[in-house]
Amino acid sequence: MINRAHTLSIISILFSVLMIVFSCQPNVSIETAQYAVNGQKLYVTHCQNCHGAKGEGLGNLYPPLTDTNFLNQNRDKLACIVKNGLSGSIEVSGKIYDTEMPGIPELTPVDIAYILTYVTTSFGNSTTTYTQEEVKKSLGECL
Amino acid sequence: MRNNLLCAFGLAIAFLASGCSDSKTNKRLPHIGNHSTTEKVVDGKTVIDTNYYQVPEFRFLNQDSVYISSADFADKIYITNFFFTHCPSICPTMQRNLLQVYEKYKDDNRVAFLSHSIDFKYDSPSVLKSYADKLGVTNQQWQFVTGEKKDIYGIADHYYVYTKEDESAPGGYDHQGYLVLIDGQRHIRGAYDGTNDEQVKQLFEDLAILLEENK
Repeated sequence: MINRAHTLSIISILFSVLMIVFSCQPNVSIETAQYAVNGQKLYVTHCQNCHGAKGEGLGNLYPPLTDTNFLNQNRDKLACIVKNGLSGSIEVSGKIYDTEMPGIPELTPVDIAYILTYVTTSFGNSTTTYTQEEVKKSLGECL
Repeated sequence: MRNNLLCAFGLAIAFLASGCSDSKTNKRLPHIGNHSTTEKVVDGKTVIDTNYYQVPEFRFLNQDSVYISSADFADKIYITNFFFTHCPSICPTMQRNLLQVYEKYKDDNRVAFLSHSIDFKYDSPSVLKSYADKLGVTNQQWQFVTGEKKDIYGIADHYYVYTKEDESAPGGYDHQGYLVLIDGQRHIRGAYDGTNDEQVKQLFEDLAILLEENK
């Protein structure tokens, strides 16, 4: 009987800890949260100078990464943009941007998955992991 | 006993803190660089004047293909830096922060901004003009200039900012991201790492102090 009460209390403590953990990020799995944390480190190193700490961009030089429509509509092109860069003009949040973006060819598919999970969940409205498989598939179809 | 000690320690800290805030109200910025002195005789008495380090006169081509010179900055406080338009590393952060200062002091004729391009090969006046427009600079208060390599790199030395052509650096040029604060007599009054938020905050504070000094 004592044992049973003991077990119950442990379960209830565990349950409340889990509740607290999940209540911070209600819609995001632990895997997605881990990808985003790793992605933030890479983002600071490779992307933040131009695109800003909050993905706000800079004037008409560098586009913001907060346009959820752009992120959702171009989800399958994002991996190629990160790896190979971008030239020509694009429309983001109703403005035209034509500054050439340098690529970062040394990034591995998992690095790109980390970065894109961070960008699409922190600045966009995605709640799911941008997986390695998704990155590899997209990279196979780069223009 | 121990409580007494703690109490005394706390009081000492409180005194120190109040001492700091007192001195802050009439704070003056230092003059950076080597000083020299000259003696002269005024009304039969020998007087010693301090000559602060002064950035030499300059003349560069701006974003409108017009030559501007140090005379255009006479009696103005200006903030200057070194960058290039396709710089992939520190420049965007530095310019984003300087843009905040520009936006705060926009149309305040006491304050000006001067960005030197260290990429004398690519950054022609038209490239600088396009960059300035896209950054969000809409008046003549912030000038973007180019010039001969020796002149640009030479003036960087005079502002104590390191600049170098370096193939191994990102974008081909190595340089420091300092925002240098210059008073109306071309004396250097402060230098702040334009990629460090704390130091940029200090720049805002020091600029306000320098504006008070000129009143």
